[in-house]
Amino acid sequence: MATAGRSTSITPTELGERLSAWLGARAGAPVVVDELKRVPGGASRETWAFMAARGDTRERLVLRRDPPGHVIESSRRQEFDLLQAAAAAGVPVPRVRWCEDDRAVLGAAFFVMDFVDGETLARRLLRDDVYAPARSALPEQLATAAARIHAIDLATPELAFLAATRSETTPAAAEVDRFEGIYRAITPEPHPALELAFRWLRARIPPGTRRTVVHGDFRIGNVIFGPEGLRAVIDWELSHLGDPIEDLGWLCVRSWRFGADDRPAGGLCDRERFFQAYERAAGVAVDRGAARWWEVCGNLKWAIMCIMQMRTHTEGHVRSVELASLGRRVAEMELELLELTEG
Amino acid sequence: MQDRPTVQELLIAVREFLETDVMPNLDARRSFHARVAANVLGIVGRELEREEEALVAEWTRLAGLVGGETEPPVRLAALRAAVRELTERLAQRIQRGDADAGDFGRAVRAHVRETVVEKLRVANPKLVGA
Repeated sequence: MATAGRSTSITPTELGERLSAWLGARAGAPVVVDELKRVPGGASRETWAFMAARGDTRERLVLRRDPPGHVIESSRRQEFDLLQAAAAAGVPVPRVRWCEDDRAVLGAAFFVMDFVDGETLARRLLRDDVYAPARSALPEQLATAAARIHAIDLATPELAFLAATRSETTPAAAEVDRFEGIYRAITPEPHPALELAFRWLRARIPPGTRRTVVHGDFRIGNVIFGPEGLRAVIDWELSHLGDPIEDLGWLCVRSWRFGADDRPAGGLCDRERFFQAYERAAGVAVDRGAARWWEVCGNLKWAIMCIMQMRTHTEGHVRSVELASLGRRVAEMELELLELTEG
Repeated sequence: MQDRPTVQELLIAVREFLETDVMPNLDARRSFHARVAANVLGIVGRELEREEEALVAEWTRLAGLVGGETEPPVRLAALRAAVRELTERLAQRIQRGDADAGDFGRAVRAHVRETVVEKLRVANPKLVGA
């Protein structure tokens, strides 16, 4: 099997050795890296957990790295800076430690952060008895975390890259334009269901006057949780400046309910409970029509992202049966789009 | 005519091998990919079983919406190409706004829904109660 085999230009052994040397240079003393393991999931980013030993101290750390040659380009430095700003705003996030922009070091840009103990498998959260308290606590905890993300101070100098993306059009119109552009450029076949969704969205662009940091991938698959509830919001690689309602709509996208379809907000609760918790935490009213719009937009974006990921495989950038199979998930979003836009 | 096992029997044999021999002996990440691979074999099996009949039905609906020949192509490759061409025509009509409302809009939505449901009967039958 060639799954992900070509995605790394260096072997895991080399990765450990180079990481040891690099961390040693940061620490000014020899560091030994062991127990280096790729964390499962994460089709578009590589995450590795490892132990770093320096003298008698051992700590568990996490490496986030771009798979070389991947089509979705983003900057690890920006993700690093954002995580720092998020921590300052009171969002539970892993503490970031060091960032490296030089691709020569590990074959791609990367950063290192603290390991946060806990579970990330959404299906366990939604089904296992041990996580029942987490299921009760998470709607309010996620709403509060979202409100704090949307309150991140945009004047922070390290976040200047976000402000630079401010445009004249509304974030909603810009998002449809962007994804329609991507869709037209990459789709290998016509998708009438997606065409219908583009028409529906363009006829109903919400005004969205707030401009905030948007996590961009805010869902239960991108948090670390324990039996008691939320421990950290992770996977910030899609964060951007935009309409904060985008994060609320995205959490309600059908795929992120992981089968718990009777609870539209992340498989945890109905939309209304989540929106009201957000309103309490943020002190800002949620336009329900805009939230619906962003939910539809989210399903459409996820459909297009699945086509992108499938093409990452078929074009040979990263050979992976997981990426390939995502092409056949597009129909799930198409059905959901038809249901959400009916009538 | 090929000998036994049939294509379906071969797919099931590989799937069973993945599930019973391969997956239990892998780390979490590879086991996840093996599960995805076993699932992909299920998709292939269902598509082989359903494709021709589903394409004829899809062609017939499309011909009623955007015009075409009176009979669907007989050979599978030509049938696939014809359905694709008619679907491209339909996509252009939707882009122009022709399906935004009215009888044509309703007929288009009904066709698109049936087409999407058929895709799911292959890709993820649990979602459409098949």
